[in-house]
Amino acid sequence: MTPDRSSIERCVDAAVTRTRNEPGPLLEILHSVQNQLGCVPAESVPLIADALNLSRAEVHGVVRFYHHFREQPAGQHTIKLCRAEACQAMNGEALAEFARERLQLDFGETRADGKVTLEAVYCLGNCACAPSAMIDGQLHGRVDPQTIAECAAGWGVPE
Amino acid sequence: MSARATVTAPTTIMVPGDAGAVSLGAEAVARELARECHRRELPHRIVRNGSRGLYWLEPLIEVVTDAGRIAYGPVRAADIPSLLDKGLLDAGLREGGQHALRLGDIEGHEWLRGQQRLTAARIGIVDPTDIDDYIAHGGYVGLSTAATMPAGDIVRAVTESGLRGRGGAAFPTGIKWQTVHDQTAAQKYIACNADEGDSGTFSDRMLMEGDPFALIEGMTIAGLAVGATQGFIYLRVEYPHAARALALALRVARERGYLGRNLRDSGRDFDITVRLGAGAYICGEETSMLESLEGRRGEVRVRPPLPAIKGLFGQPTVVNNVVTLATVPLILARGAAFYRDFGVGKSRGTIPLQLAGNVKRGGLVERAFGMTVNELVYDYGGGSATGRPVRAVQIGGPLGAYLPASQFDTPLEYEALAARDGLLGHGGVVVFDDSVDMARMARYALEFCAIESCGKCTPCRVGSTRGVELVDRILASSNGSRTGDIELLDELCDTMANGSLCGLGGLTPFPVRSALKHFRDDFLG
Repeated sequence: MTPDRSSIERCVDAAVTRTRNEPGPLLEILHSVQNQLGCVPAESVPLIADALNLSRAEVHGVVRFYHHFREQPAGQHTIKLCRAEACQAMNGEALAEFARERLQLDFGETRADGKVTLEAVYCLGNCACAPSAMIDGQLHGRVDPQTIAECAAGWGVPE
Repeated sequence: MSARATVTAPTTIMVPGDAGAVSLGAEAVARELARECHRRELPHRIVRNGSRGLYWLEPLIEVVTDAGRIAYGPVRAADIPSLLDKGLLDAGLREGGQHALRLGDIEGHEWLRGQQRLTAARIGIVDPTDIDDYIAHGGYVGLSTAATMPAGDIVRAVTESGLRGRGGAAFPTGIKWQTVHDQTAAQKYIACNADEGDSGTFSDRMLMEGDPFALIEGMTIAGLAVGATQGFIYLRVEYPHAARALALALRVARERGYLGRNLRDSGRDFDITVRLGAGAYICGEETSMLESLEGRRGEVRVRPPLPAIKGLFGQPTVVNNVVTLATVPLILARGAAFYRDFGVGKSRGTIPLQLAGNVKRGGLVERAFGMTVNELVYDYGGGSATGRPVRAVQIGGPLGAYLPASQFDTPLEYEALAARDGLLGHGGVVVFDDSVDMARMARYALEFCAIESCGKCTPCRVGSTRGVELVDRILASSNGSRTGDIELLDELCDTMANGSLCGLGGLTPFPVRSALKHFRDDFLG
């Protein structure tokens, strides 16, 4: 669900007010907006730009630069699977392939039914317990296809 | 059981709150332990410590007894009833706590016994939320010492210790501090780089989660040394557990007067703010990190000017990694010579190595510089997790070289690795067994560079993509025609290495060229 105009305004207002005395607060504001609204909606960009006396292009450029910021809300559930070397060394590629097939998603996509978003991350700092994934904000180590399959089944993702 | 219930002093049980332990079920263990102890009316106190770094045994819980800390692991929530049945809370008694998961006194464990933990000395031992526990384990001795010294003497101590930047670049810390110290400016900053993005590394995370006051103290000393009153910790967003640990520790330090105005009546001011990154590997590069801290795209700055002269918000700034800063309190407390006496050649002190990937026993090994790859991978690691022969290790993250098994006699120190066209970086060692396809790993190195390039300079932005295409072409073509493209790939690496603005484009050739050099057959099909 894309948030409505008035909640975007309220959210941007609050974030700008809270960081008013901080130098270079743009990332802080974007985090705050995304934490509250689930994404940084396009409508928030001109509001943030106005408040910080930046151009819309500058704000948009920052949103697009960082992998963490999203312009559309994620699905109800999110799997962030680590694709970096330590996880690859523990058969991470086969796990990635399994996740793709089971969720019928490529990395960076959200299912049409809105149930799941699959994302690639590059290192969760859990490399001695590889492969790792962040599933709905919870860190999981030694992830195997069963972990993914149980999540998918629990979330009602059709086989 | 009945005797137990009459004892009033609760037994302390440590259950790691470390993200790695949590990823293996430590939260459920802590919950189940609390629930069962309540049900059985056992007086207990659960402390969420950091991890000792024996990750194959996590969740590893410890019972604090007069006979030492008796460890059990790996513990699942389902093991708690049987552990309590066997008298877990009596683990210190001769007959108590016998259980299949019992590991004995953790300090005597062979993985820890030979380690020389200086920077990681308190991780897993102290309660990371308790400043008094930190102080009881030697914390804030360094700051007390520094507070009595002229700023120049603090800098000199760090210089004389031989400490070099543990983030990867290994620049002498004291020299950087001296430069900032010598600048005249209304405002100077300490910027801690906690954007630990290298695959295979987690020592910053362990330290921030397990001993956050060490980082806070180190930054405060840095502030006194160079005349900075404000610190920033640039923390990657992938580390929510560390973010919580830091927020709590900072609040406690402020409440207790270790941060803020006139800290501990020293007449000096220093405070720290945590800023979250947003999932960009490049922001671990120091100038890119400064751009990001200022709220912009993390595009690399051209040097000079150095950050030490014109850094955060244009002011003189010390940029140091977490491990570097957290090592400073010890240097001030024990003296430069104490630290310098560890290590070899120009690699002084100790290095917290992180053993990861396809390895039986992965985790944190802090030793003086100079241990060989063989010792780390086999003596500590026990070989591959899959049981297959180890074929290669990648040292120093995604920009580090791959070393073949024939070179595992290489000592883990800056100069020895450089002599073998490698680097130590942030000290991560990722193990691969013989099923690894090194041409795919070379392709991945270039692909990663393409994904994470900030786009500022052409060799990195374009070179990485062309490199991926080249590897694809090599692998798709027939055997005979591959050599020309392999030469071209090597030339491309040359351009990236010499023409890139920063280490991302500049060092990506390390994994690519090392794969080409040591595992050429993988490219020839």
